[in-house]
Amino acid sequence: MTINGKAYVVGAYEHPTRKAPDKSVAQLHAESARGTLLDAGLTKEDIDGYFCATDAPGLGPLSMVDYMGLKVRHVDSTETGGSSYVVHVAHAAQAIAMGKCNVALITLAGRPRSEGSSGTQARNYGAAAPDVAFEFPYGMATANGYAMVARRHMYEFGTTSEQLAWIKVAASQHAQYNEHAILRNVVTVEDVMESPMIADPLRRLDCCVVSDGGGALIVARPEIAKQLKRPLVKILGAGEAPKNQNGGKVDLTTCAAALSGPAAFAEAGVKPSEIQYASIYDSFTITVLMQLEDLGFCKKGEGGKFVADGNLISGSGKLPFNTDGGGLCNNHPANRGGMTKVIEAVRQLRGEAHPKVQVPNCTLALAQGMGGNLGSRHASGTLIMERQ
Amino acid sequence: MNTTAQRTIPAPLRNSENEPYFAAAEEGKLLVGKCSDCSEYHFYPRTICPHCNSDSVEWLPSNGKGVIYSFSTMRRGVPVPYTIAYVTLDEGVSMMTNIVNADPDSLNIGDKVEVVFEPTEDGTPLPMFQPLSG
Ligand SMILES: [Zn+2]
Repeated sequence: MTINGKAYVVGAYEHPTRKAPDKSVAQLHAESARGTLLDAGLTKEDIDGYFCATDAPGLGPLSMVDYMGLKVRHVDSTETGGSSYVVHVAHAAQAIAMGKCNVALITLAGRPRSEGSSGTQARNYGAAAPDVAFEFPYGMATANGYAMVARRHMYEFGTTSEQLAWIKVAASQHAQYNEHAILRNVVTVEDVMESPMIADPLRRLDCCVVSDGGGALIVARPEIAKQLKRPLVKILGAGEAPKNQNGGKVDLTTCAAALSGPAAFAEAGVKPSEIQYASIYDSFTITVLMQLEDLGFCKKGEGGKFVADGNLISGSGKLPFNTDGGGLCNNHPANRGGMTKVIEAVRQLRGEAHPKVQVPNCTLALAQGMGGNLGSRHASGTLIMERQ
Repeated sequence: MNTTAQRTIPAPLRNSENEPYFAAAEEGKLLVGKCSDCSEYHFYPRTICPHCNSDSVEWLPSNGKGVIYSFSTMRRGVPVPYTIAYVTLDEGVSMMTNIVNADPDSLNIGDKVEVVFEPTEDGTPLPMFQPLSG
């Protein structure tokens, strides 16, 4: 059983807001759902499957299906943090292949910017989380967890801060063309190196933006996709995997993309060298570097050289990435970047990215998500799609 | 420079499973999990071995010494900078912790460190690490 060819992404919509103090989170979900239905040329009545993560208001899909007035026969609230929405696309394709639904809606929304969220605040997932007593008191936040990964990567492979900075430089090259991006200024390696140290070795410009917003996707069975007037984006393969401290056998320099990537490539029947565009989860510059290596776009330990050679920049590099500016410059709605990773990959495959960053004749793209914290426990989702 | 003196450390959320760990900390002991069936150590300690699923698990005192696996000092967005780290204990397992009683800029991966217990908000001591003296 495979999802290869069993489903298509027919709707993709990124909410244009980046700060929404006067809107509810549920409203942002519903506005995103409306946007993706208009994009696909479908109506609410066509939706018979609904997907969201457990950060959706209320009791996840129960509350949201009620609020939006959906009539569905399949729901899924798989939670893998920011990678959830990449995984949801795969799960939607599985549900469609199994005959559980025909048209699946996936939504994300959140307002961390209005609510004052920051990556320097220690995360407490509650007393019932077995790790909390052993980690929260030490001040384990988002930024310093990823910083420990960066430090270890530098120690093992000689990766430098200047090399990491190239990832922000590439993202900013793309973001200058995105009118909705929070950071549109093109930055240099020097700009990144001169930005304030947050959690060393990560500086402010190594971090993603904090933004309100949302997004939504629709996945449909082939017969339905082919009746619509949009370019056809076929799902070829997917993989998902968690990784953690392994009972104290901590290994920070390999992430779960080393498991989800090969699974996705095998199902899709393609090689990393064939991918023309990649959306790579970019909560921090180091997040991108780790996934590039673990997905096989370069060898382990050579990510620093790969990015410093300009390979991520559309138009000149071997692997154009995050042509919307990504989480590093454009948008990181709800502190969860998986949704926008899929959306920009779909834009590229449709030929609807900004002309300045559109990959010519883009027929094979990858969307890579990472959730949780690379410094403790995280989950990867990899999705490979083809323009038909 | 003792940064922990100015920093408020949240108390760990104690429960029936982790209570022996924090009770031992009050006696100045750092416990690690060791499985009687597969002989592997684990951290954080649990009642069922995360390596082989055995329920024959002992929580034994570590010798309290290890090396820094990685670390990062939070410089912004917090009232007092602090250094989070993974320390690989002599027993072979790595634990999340803080490095204290040290200039963060002088630390390196591989540095030898020893456990020291620092009080949290409710008085519960928490194992942290400082550069090994001598
Ligand atoms: Zn065991």
